[in-house]
Amino acid sequence: MQKFFKDKEHLVRMAALFAAGFVLFVVARAVLVPKGFGLYGHYRAGALADNKARPVVHAGRAICGDCHTDKRDELATGKHAGVGCEACHGPLARHAEDPSTLKPARPEPKTLCVRCHLANVAKPKKFPQIEPKAHYDGGDCHGCHASHVPNKEPTS
Amino acid sequence: MTSDRRDFLLTAGKLLIVTAPAAAYLEAAESGQAMEPAYKMADHYWGMIVDISKCIGCGNCVRADKAENNVPLEPFFFRTWVERYHVEGGWSEHPEVDSPNGGYDGFPEKYAAGDGAKSFFVPKLCNQCAHSPCTQVCPVGATFETPDGAVLVDKTYCLGCRYCIQACPYGCRYIHPATNTVDKCNLCYHRITKGLTTACCEACPTGARRLVDLKDPKDPVHELLRTHMVQILKPHMATGAKVYYNNLDGTVR
Amino acid sequence: MEEALLSAVQGYMYPNEIELQWSILIVLYPFTTGLVAGAFILASLERVFNVQAVKPTYRLALLTALAFLLVAPLPLQLHLGHPERSYEMYLTPHTTSAMAMFGFVYLWYLMAVLLLEIWLDYRKEIVLMARSGTGWKKTLYRVLSLGVDDISESALKVDDRIGRFITVVGIPSAFLLHGYVGFIFGSVKANPWWSTPVMPIVFLFSAIVSGIALVLLMYMAVCFFKGIEIDIPCVDTIARYLLYAFLIDFSIEMLDLIHRIYEADESFQSLDFMVRTRLYTSQILIQIIFGTIIPIGLLAFTQLVKLTETARKGIYVLAGVLTLVGIFAMRWNVVIGGQLFSKSFLGYTTYKMAFATREGLLPAILLLLLPFGILWGLLKLLPPWEDKPETAA
Repeated sequence: MQKFFKDKEHLVRMAALFAAGFVLFVVARAVLVPKGFGLYGHYRAGALADNKARPVVHAGRAICGDCHTDKRDELATGKHAGVGCEACHGPLARHAEDPSTLKPARPEPKTLCVRCHLANVAKPKKFPQIEPKAHYDGGDCHGCHASHVPNKEPTS
Repeated sequence: MTSDRRDFLLTAGKLLIVTAPAAAYLEAAESGQAMEPAYKMADHYWGMIVDISKCIGCGNCVRADKAENNVPLEPFFFRTWVERYHVEGGWSEHPEVDSPNGGYDGFPEKYAAGDGAKSFFVPKLCNQCAHSPCTQVCPVGATFETPDGAVLVDKTYCLGCRYCIQACPYGCRYIHPATNTVDKCNLCYHRITKGLTTACCEACPTGARRLVDLKDPKDPVHELLRTHMVQILKPHMATGAKVYYNNLDGTVR
Repeated sequence: MEEALLSAVQGYMYPNEIELQWSILIVLYPFTTGLVAGAFILASLERVFNVQAVKPTYRLALLTALAFLLVAPLPLQLHLGHPERSYEMYLTPHTTSAMAMFGFVYLWYLMAVLLLEIWLDYRKEIVLMARSGTGWKKTLYRVLSLGVDDISESALKVDDRIGRFITVVGIPSAFLLHGYVGFIFGSVKANPWWSTPVMPIVFLFSAIVSGIALVLLMYMAVCFFKGIEIDIPCVDTIARYLLYAFLIDFSIEMLDLIHRIYEADESFQSLDFMVRTRLYTSQILIQIIFGTIIPIGLLAFTQLVKLTETARKGIYVLAGVLTLVGIFAMRWNVVIGGQLFSKSFLGYTTYKMAFATREGLLPAILLLLLPFGILWGLLKLLPPWEDKPETAA
C-alpha cells in the first residue's frame, strides 16, 4: 500500500479536493432545491398554486346574471344572447365582489358597436356588418337598436 | 332468543340508525363549508377550439387577455393576438398577413371588397402542446406541462435564458419586462381551475373561441371534432398542439 | 428603440418575434468555447499524436484554452434575466435540455480535463517556484502544489502517464464541449436556419479552425513580445493543420448549403431572401469570401509555392486574423441570422445593437479582451518556456 502511494500523494490530495467538491454539491442540492420539486414532473409543485393564485379580473357572465337577472333574461331573447356581459362592459370582477367599489361606465355606442359591426372584407360574410355613413348617416345606434336586444325596437 | 341478546340487538340497532345519518350529516356539513368541490387535475384535460368562420377580428380577446393577465400594453408582446390574412386569388404561397398591435384596436380596413382575394382572421395563442418543444429545452424546469394539459411557467424559477422562446414554433412566448422572466398564455389557469372560462373566451362575442375539456364526456368538443374538418397549426412539427382550428385555411402559418 | 424596430420590420413577423431574443453576447459564447476546443485539440496533437513540431505551442495552447474557458460563461450570465438563479442549472438540470446538460460538460471539461492537465504538466515548475519564491508568491505556489514537494523522477513519470491519459480523454471531451454548443442550436426544430444534424460538426470544425488560428497568432505574438525567435517548422506545421481543418469545415458547410438549395423546403425562399439582403455583408462578404475563401487560398498558396520565411510568417498572420474574423462572423450569422426571419416565413426584422447597455457592443468588446488579460496573468504565473536569451533575427 505504502509503495503504491509513494509517488502519488499529490494525486491523492487532488482526489480529496474533488471529493470535497462533490460533497459540497450534494449538500447545496439538499439545501437549495425548492420543496416539492419533482412531485408531478420536473418542476416546482408550488408553481401550480402560484398560477392558480392570480387575481380574477373578469367575473364571467354567470356571476353577472346572479344579480342582474332582468338583463340576463332580456339578453337571452335576442341576437346578443351569446355575447358575454364583460365583452361590452369591460372586466368587472371587482364590481361583482363589491358593487360600491367599482361602478361600470356606460359604453359609448359609437365606439363600442362599430368595433364588431364595422364592415370589413375579412369578416365572415354572414356576420351583420354595416358602413356607418351609409347605414345611419353617422347617427347614434341607439336610435333604432337596443343594446341587449338589438333586433327589437328600443322602448325609450 | 334470550332477553340479553335481544336488548343488545335493539340497542345496537338504535345506535346504528342514529349514527349513520349523523355521520352523513357531518360529512355534508364539512364539504358544504368548502363551498365548491376542490379542483382535481386528473379530471380535466384542457384544450381550445377556434372557429375561423366565426372570428370577426374585433380584438375583444386581445384586450380582455391584457386586462386579465397583466400583459404589458407596450411595445409588442402578446399572450394572444389576432392575424388578418388576405390571400390573393384565394390561394397564395405568400399571403398578406398583418396584426396591427396584435389586433388590440381592431383592424382598420385596408382592402377593397371584390378584389378577388380571400380574407379572414386567425386568433393565435399558446397551443398548450402535449409534446411541447418549449418545455423540452428549459434547462431548469421553469416551464412544464401540467397533468391537466396546460403549459405553465414558474416565474420564481425562470432564469430568463430565452431558450424556450427560441424553441416555440408558434411565437407565443416573450420576456415580461417587469419580471425579466418568460410569460405566455397559461390558459387562464387561475380561472379554469375555479370553473370559469378563459378571459378570451369570455370576451369573444361570436363564440369563435371556446375552452374545451377533452376529459369531460359531455363537452361538445368531442362531437365537433368528429363532425368537422379541423386542423392544428404546423402539424409537421408534431407538437401535440391542443388548440383545434375549425375552418382553417391551408395558407395559414 | 421599439418604434425603430417596428418600422424596420418587413413583411409579417409574429408580434413576439419582432425583438431579437439572443444578442451579441450569445454570439460571443460559441466563439469563445470554440477557441477553447480548437486550442486544446492543437495541444493534444503533440501530446497524443506525437507531432513534435508543434511542441513549442503546447503549454501556450493550454493556457489560452483556460483563459477563454474562464471567460465563456460571462456573456451568458450577463444575458440572463436572472443570473442569480443560474445555479439552478446545476441543482435541477432538466435532462432533456441541451443547455442544462452542457453545464456539466463545461464543468467536466474545466475541472477534470483542462485544469488537471495544466496542473500535471506544470507541477514541476510549480514546486520549484514554491521552493525558491518569497512572500505571497511562495504561498500561492505552495497552495497550487497542494503542499506536496515531491518532484522525483518517478513522481514526474506518474504525472506524465496520467497527463497523457487525461489528454486522450480530453480530445473527445473537447469534441463534446463544442459539439454540444452546435447541438443546442441544431436541435431546435422550430428554427429551420438552425435545425440541421450537421450543426454540431460544423461548429466543431469551425472551432478547431478558430482555435488553431488563435494559437498560431498568440505564439507569434508572444515570441515577438518576449524577443524569442519563432520556430519556423512549428508555425509551418500549425498552418498546415489549419488548412486541413479549414478544408473539412468548408466542405461540410458547402454540403449543408447545397442540400438546402436543392431541397428548397418551405423555409428556403425566406432564408434565401434573408441571406441575399439582411445577411449579405456578414455572410457572403465577411464569412465566406474574406473569412474562408481568402485564408484557404493564402494557406494553400504557401503549401504550393516556395516562399521565404518572412513571407510565410506574414501570410500566416494575415490568414490567422482573417480566419478569426470569419469564424466570428459565422457565429454571428448563425445566432443573429436565425432570428432575423419570421417563423411564419413571411417577414424579417433587424437587430438593433446598443452600445453601453448590458447586452450591447461595449460589454461584448470587453469580454473579448478579457481573456487576453487573463492569459497575460497566466503566462506570468505559469511561463510556458524558459526565457531564452535574445537571438539575432
